[in-house]
Amino acid sequence: MKQENEVLVKVEGLSKKFCKDLKTSLWYGVQDLFSNVKGNKAQRALRDKEFWAVKNINFELRRGECLGLIGHNGAGKSTLLKILNGLIQPDEGKVTIKGRVGALIELGAGFNPILTGRENIYNNGAVLGFTRAEIDAKVEEIIDFAEIREFIDTAVQNYSSGMKVRLGFAVAAQMEPDVLIIDEVLAVGDLGFALKCFKTIDQILPNTAIIFVSHSMPMVSRICSQIILMDKGQAKFQGTDVSKAIDLYYTRFTSNESNVVFTDNSIELEHVELLNPVNVIDDLPQLNWLGDFKLRFKFRVNNMHDVPKFTINIFDKEQRPIGVLENNSKSSNLNIIDNQYIEFFVTHKKIQLSKGVYSINLGVANQKTKEPILKVNSILSFQMLHKDEIWQPFLLKSTYDNCLQ
Amino acid sequence: MLKLFYEIKKGVLQTRVYQKEHNKSIAGYLAESLNDIKSSLFLAKQLAKRDIKAQYRQSYLGIVWAFIMPLTTAFVWVFLNGSGTVKLTNTGVPYPLFAFAGTLIWSMLSDAINAPIQNTTAAKSIIAKINFPKEALVVSGIYKLLFNSSVKLLLLLVFLLFYGVGLQLSLLLLPLALLGILLVGTAIGLILTPIGMLYKDVAKLISIGLSLIMYITPVVYVVPKKEGLMKMLMELNPLTPLMVTTRNIAFGNPLEYLHYYLIVLVISIPVFLIGLLFYRISIPIIVERLSA
Repeated sequence: MKQENEVLVKVEGLSKKFCKDLKTSLWYGVQDLFSNVKGNKAQRALRDKEFWAVKNINFELRRGECLGLIGHNGAGKSTLLKILNGLIQPDEGKVTIKGRVGALIELGAGFNPILTGRENIYNNGAVLGFTRAEIDAKVEEIIDFAEIREFIDTAVQNYSSGMKVRLGFAVAAQMEPDVLIIDEVLAVGDLGFALKCFKTIDQILPNTAIIFVSHSMPMVSRICSQIILMDKGQAKFQGTDVSKAIDLYYTRFTSNESNVVFTDNSIELEHVELLNPVNVIDDLPQLNWLGDFKLRFKFRVNNMHDVPKFTINIFDKEQRPIGVLENNSKSSNLNIIDNQYIEFFVTHKKIQLSKGVYSINLGVANQKTKEPILKVNSILSFQMLHKDEIWQPFLLKSTYDNCLQ
Repeated sequence: MLKLFYEIKKGVLQTRVYQKEHNKSIAGYLAESLNDIKSSLFLAKQLAKRDIKAQYRQSYLGIVWAFIMPLTTAFVWVFLNGSGTVKLTNTGVPYPLFAFAGTLIWSMLSDAINAPIQNTTAAKSIIAKINFPKEALVVSGIYKLLFNSSVKLLLLLVFLLFYGVGLQLSLLLLPLALLGILLVGTAIGLILTPIGMLYKDVAKLISIGLSLIMYITPVVYVVPKKEGLMKMLMELNPLTPLMVTTRNIAFGNPLEYLHYYLIVLVISIPVFLIGLLFYRISIPIIVERLSA
């Protein structure tokens, strides 16, 4: 049963500063120790060598909602989580949390490598706030969930890292938190384990307010109902439009820097362009799903007689190759102009790539010997637009009809 | 009835507020701290068990190591005394027993002083990742000290019998006296821990300081009868009454410095509580500075 309107997490004007220099930081630490004893009433301005790691974050989270915190490394996500978990104090603002807080920040923290898995279940459980009776009641369930019954009486130092994480999650999954904080822990472990984690999260989500930090946008779009996109400690975007936030996140990573991986100097890419984009934002051309994907290339050639073979690969944001355009052939009739240039269009009609940002790598090889001539990564990035966020790279146009009319 | 209580407890959500300022009184803090101690007894026990088990599982000699340090120190002094290298005043009991009892009690005290910093440093990784009552670390440290002390106590009893001093009725008070030693030691260690976590210098100073202070504490020799600098220093040193009284209780001798002893014990209680509060308040800052 969902209890509506129950705000479990309330964050108002939260800020936290850090110091860039360790020695200075330690000295500030000593000063803070004493001002902390005195009640910390004084306003905290930035001192020398300090910066705001988190600045003015505000949000409310109710039971059944999931907040996704996204942003590049060092944007302040983990710092924010540490404040929410009560590990460090804010320098400004206030956090109010109701109920039992569970945190999956590092699984299996406090495992002692010399002790057995079973002994570590008891230790880890105690650290997470279970009583002995609670652990006794749950220990078998934990062992089964972690799928390590065979090795439960082996010292944890002989476990693989995946096994340790499984054991850690199995213990933590027994918490029945009102507020759950998850920091990137699900990235480890094999696929079966990741699916199991998601199943567990799905089960507890209706009764829990979840704060989820991840770099995996498919996971974020799957779980989260609202997003804060952080940059340099500040909320660059905040709202329930998850797909818009994810677009913004991806946009921040587009770099137009191409790099030449290999060349024998006989051919040089002079210009590449995506034609007819619906829009261009920050140099990133955008294309509608089912639009025509048309590139224009211009190469300068030195001392080349035959038109080489061009290979155009499409990569997704995580640098996975997801498609390749057909090579040019004799019948393409490309030619070399004045012994100096090759210019051509390449077109793929009704492109069905799903929403997201993609980049293109180029390979040029000798048509006959297949010998590589030029290889350039990230010659161009573009963004596909569609209303639905899906994690698969292709959204294939389909129609559904009844068999019996 | 118990179940009903549990449900009520579950029904009302505990609210936590994290912010910079706090308006809590010292009494309020203390109440919270003591409450957390109560609720984290199981955790403390579990942590102590974990450390004790782990310590001996990867060791062949195991518990014997608890004796080796005081035994070697005692042996050095027995040798120095027996060979005539140093000339010590008669102690009233066989010298090996005197020296061993002294170094044993001293090792308990120095272990207790070092324990809070060591335990907190060892727990850095969980402190930085999991929110749990930090008092559990202090309590588990005390549990570990109790464990080690009781093992040492057994050995002391063996020595008492072996050297013919026998088991006096006053031995019944010895556990209490040892508790007093742990209390004073932990109180000193706890006060130093927050700054000791930030600067490694503190741990080094403690270890140098202890080895120097040992010479102005009647560990392996008695307080000189003759007036002089040594006698004055020893009688000022608050560790002297702890040492002398505890050892006299073990040997069944009349108690000296009883007033000073009681004063030290009584003062150590507020010092311990202040240390506990300081510790509680400091942990977030330590986490922030060391594992951000």
